[in-house]
Amino acid sequence: MLKLSNLHVYYGSIRALNGVSFQVNEGELVALIGSNGAGKSTTLKTISGLLRPRQGAILYEDADITRTAPDRIVALGISHCPEGRRIFGGLTVRENLRLGAVQRRRRTDMAADMEWVLSLFPILKERLSQSGGTLSGGEQQMLAIGRALMSRPKLLLLDEPSLGLAPLIVEHIFQIIRQLKQQGKTILLVEQNIHQALDAADRVYVIETGQITLTGTPEELKHNPQVEQSYLGK
Amino acid sequence: MTMVYYAIQQTVNALSIGSLYALMAVGLAMVFSILRLINFAHGDLMMIAAYLAAFALFANVPLGLTVIFIIAGTVIVGLLMERIAYRPIRGAPDVATLLTSLAVAQILQNGMLLTTRFLGQPIQIAFPTPAVLNGVVAFGPITVPRLNVVSLAVGFIALVSLSFFVTRTVPGLSMRAAAEDLTAAQLMGININRIIALAFAIGSGLAAIAGLLFAVQAGQINPYMGFTPVLKAFIAAVIGGFGSIAGAVVGGFVLGALEVLLTALPGIGDILPPGMVSPSTQALIQQWLPSSLTGYRDAFVFVALILMLLFRPNGILGRPDREEMR
Repeated sequence: MLKLSNLHVYYGSIRALNGVSFQVNEGELVALIGSNGAGKSTTLKTISGLLRPRQGAILYEDADITRTAPDRIVALGISHCPEGRRIFGGLTVRENLRLGAVQRRRRTDMAADMEWVLSLFPILKERLSQSGGTLSGGEQQMLAIGRALMSRPKLLLLDEPSLGLAPLIVEHIFQIIRQLKQQGKTILLVEQNIHQALDAADRVYVIETGQITLTGTPEELKHNPQVEQSYLGK
Repeated sequence: MTMVYYAIQQTVNALSIGSLYALMAVGLAMVFSILRLINFAHGDLMMIAAYLAAFALFANVPLGLTVIFIIAGTVIVGLLMERIAYRPIRGAPDVATLLTSLAVAQILQNGMLLTTRFLGQPIQIAFPTPAVLNGVVAFGPITVPRLNVVSLAVGFIALVSLSFFVTRTVPGLSMRAAAEDLTAAQLMGININRIIALAFAIGSGLAAIAGLLFAVQAGQINPYMGFTPVLKAFIAAVIGGFGSIAGAVVGGFVLGALEVLLTALPGIGDILPPGMVSPSTQALIQQWLPSSLTGYRDAFVFVALILMLLFRPNGILGRPDREEMR
C-alpha cells in the first residue's frame, strides 16, 4: 500500500534521513521505533508531504506521491496525526473535528463519520462545544486522533500518541488503535513506548540515525539482543 | 441639552472613524495571524481603491458600479501582491518579510505616481465625491455628516459579515486554524495557499471600502495617502491584540474613540453653555484643556500606543505568547 524507497531528507544542510526504505501493506499495523532524533517524525512528515526528500520516492497505491502537496495527500486517503497533538486550541472540539473532514464534500457522510468518531471517543461528545485548549492531555490526544479519522483515511500515520500521557490513558489509546486495526485501517505507528508498540504491531522497523537497521515481527525483535539492550532495558 | 447633542454627535464620529480603522486593521490582522507578516503595503491598497474610484467617478460611472469595480480591482491587486511578492518569501525571517512589504508599498506608490503623471494629472487631485455621500443627516436636533452615518453602517455590515465568515463557514474556520498552527492546518487537508490568498482578498476588499470612505472624508487623494491610515490601523491592531481579528475590531473602535476624545475635549471649556459649571471651574478647564492641544492629537495616540506596549503588550484581547507560556 505504501512503499518508501531510499529516502534522503535534509533540514537545511543537516541530514535527517539517510536512505530509508520500508513498506506498509494493506490492513497492517506497522510500528516504527527508535530513539529521539532517529528520524521517526521526519519519515512521517515526508510521507504527508510537509517535507520534500532530496532523493528517493514514496509510492502509495502504486502512485508516486513524492512531490504531492499535503492537502492532496489527505485527499488520497493518508491522514497524519502529528506529534504533540497540535489541536486547534482556540476552536471548539466540534470545529476541530469539522476541519478534519475539510476535504470531504458530502455532508451526510460527515455526520456519519462524526458519529463514528464520537462512538470511539465518547468523552468528546460531552466536550463538543468546549474549546480544544480546555481539554486534558488525554482528551486532546483523543481529539487529535478523532480529527485525523474524520478524513476517513485508508492509511493513518500516528506520531507518538502516548507522549506525556498517564499509563491508564496510554492503555486506552492503544485499545482504540487495536480497534481501528480490526476495523480494517492500515496504520503506521511511531512510538517511543516500545512495549506498547511491540504488543500492538504486526511488524516493526527500527530506525537509527536516519537508517532502518532492523526489521521483523514483534516476537523476533523482543528476543533480539540488540533491541533488548537498547530499547527494552534488559 | 446642547451638550448631550454634542456628545451624541461626537459618539457617531468616533464610531464612524473607528469602523474605518477597524476595516483596515482587520486586513492587517488576518494576514499577520497566518503569515506573521506585517503588510505595510496594506494602506496602499486603500490608495489604489481611492484612485480607481476617482477614475470611475470622473467617467460618470454610477456609485454602485464604482463600488463593485474598486472592490474587484483592489482584490486583484492584493492577490497579485501575495502571489508575486509574499509567496516566494514565505517562511523567510520576519525582517525579510517586513522589508518586502515596505518595498511593495514603495512600488505601489511610485507606480501610481507614474500613472498620474502619464495621465497628465497633478500629484494631488480633488476627489469627485458622489452627491449621496455629501451633506448632513438630521435626526431631530442632532445633525451628523452623512458620510459618518454611511461609514458606520458600512463598517458595521462588513464586520458582522466577517464575524459570520470566521465563525460559521468552513473557509473561515480553516483560516483561524491556519492562524493557530499552519502545519497542523495542512495536515487537515486545508490548502493553505488558497486560504492565504483568501485572507489577502478579504483584506483587500475591506481596504477598498475603507479607501473610498477615506477619500470622501479627505476630499483629495495622492499616491501617499495610504501611509497614515496603515499606521493607524497598525496601532489599532496592536491596541486590540495583534493577530486577533476581534482584537483588530476592538482596537479600531478604541482608537477612533481616543482620537475623537482628543479632538473634542481640548477647547471644550470655550463652548460650555453658561451656567453649566461655575466660572472658576470653566477657567480651570480652559487652562488645562486649551483648544491648542488638538494639534498634539497624534502625539497622544502614539503615547497611548507606547503605554499599551509597555503594560499590556498583547493588547486588549491578546493572549500571552506561546513562548511566554512555556
